[in-house]
Amino acid sequence: MSHPERTVSEKADFKKELTEVIPHLRAFARGLCGRPDMADDLVQETMLKAWAAQDRFEPGTSMRAWTFVILRNAYLTDMRRNRFRGEYDEGVAERILTAPAGQEEPLHLSDMHRALLTLPAERREALLLVGAGGFSYEEAAEICGCAIGTIKSRVGRARAALTSMLEDGDIPRRSLDDELAHGAILKELDVVVAGNGVAAKS
Amino acid sequence: MEIAKLAGGMANTMKRDDEVGKASEERQAQKRGPAARKPGWASGLQQLYDSVIEEPLPDSFKDLLARLDDQD
Repeated sequence: MSHPERTVSEKADFKKELTEVIPHLRAFARGLCGRPDMADDLVQETMLKAWAAQDRFEPGTSMRAWTFVILRNAYLTDMRRNRFRGEYDEGVAERILTAPAGQEEPLHLSDMHRALLTLPAERREALLLVGAGGFSYEEAAEICGCAIGTIKSRVGRARAALTSMLEDGDIPRRSLDDELAHGAILKELDVVVAGNGVAAKS
Repeated sequence: MEIAKLAGGMANTMKRDDEVGKASEERQAQKRGPAARKPGWASGLQQLYDSVIEEPLPDSFKDLLARLDDQD
């Protein structure tokens, strides 16, 4: 695939579109790596890579989807190099996300955060894309470079895990199937020990 | 390069961003059938995500954007 060198006006259009997707990149990155400072570093890395690769962007296609591919690849690469370990953000401001009318407990931001970070990275990203980013299964599959069935399965497992953790109050301590989950659980134990955990609330 | 390959494939099947919202609404409408109860945390996840989108952009991003043109 070869593209002619971009004109000045095409570069300006590209930059405008890139600027518009920054808030979306930040939201996706925050969901992936938890800590806001690391997430923003990841977004900046993504922007530089996107800018350097702009000749390969097809004008008229989704800038959001195109940059999300770059961001998740950068994230996975960095994670393999041990840079991100789904670190829980201790400084996160506590607030209530949803307050159901009935007998149910309100959903706290910190619980949502911790529950998300216990998911393996592939399931977390699939859930973020489909359950928050508004992408279809097909689009999410394109972004992650896998089959639609794989995405459906990852989203399904992620949803089941979050329902189990957040609705049934069952934060798993068994699921050590990857180091990310392990690290997140150890951190979560620290929180519980400090008296701020889910158990302490009930 | 991997990005180019993926992006090339996406060009054919990806919807424009302005269509994504609409498609999402349609999907949500389908899910709202009596059989499919949406778990309570789902809207919390959406709020968590949307709250980051709505955050004002830190200056570091404006600085980076300003520097991009110098990179050519």
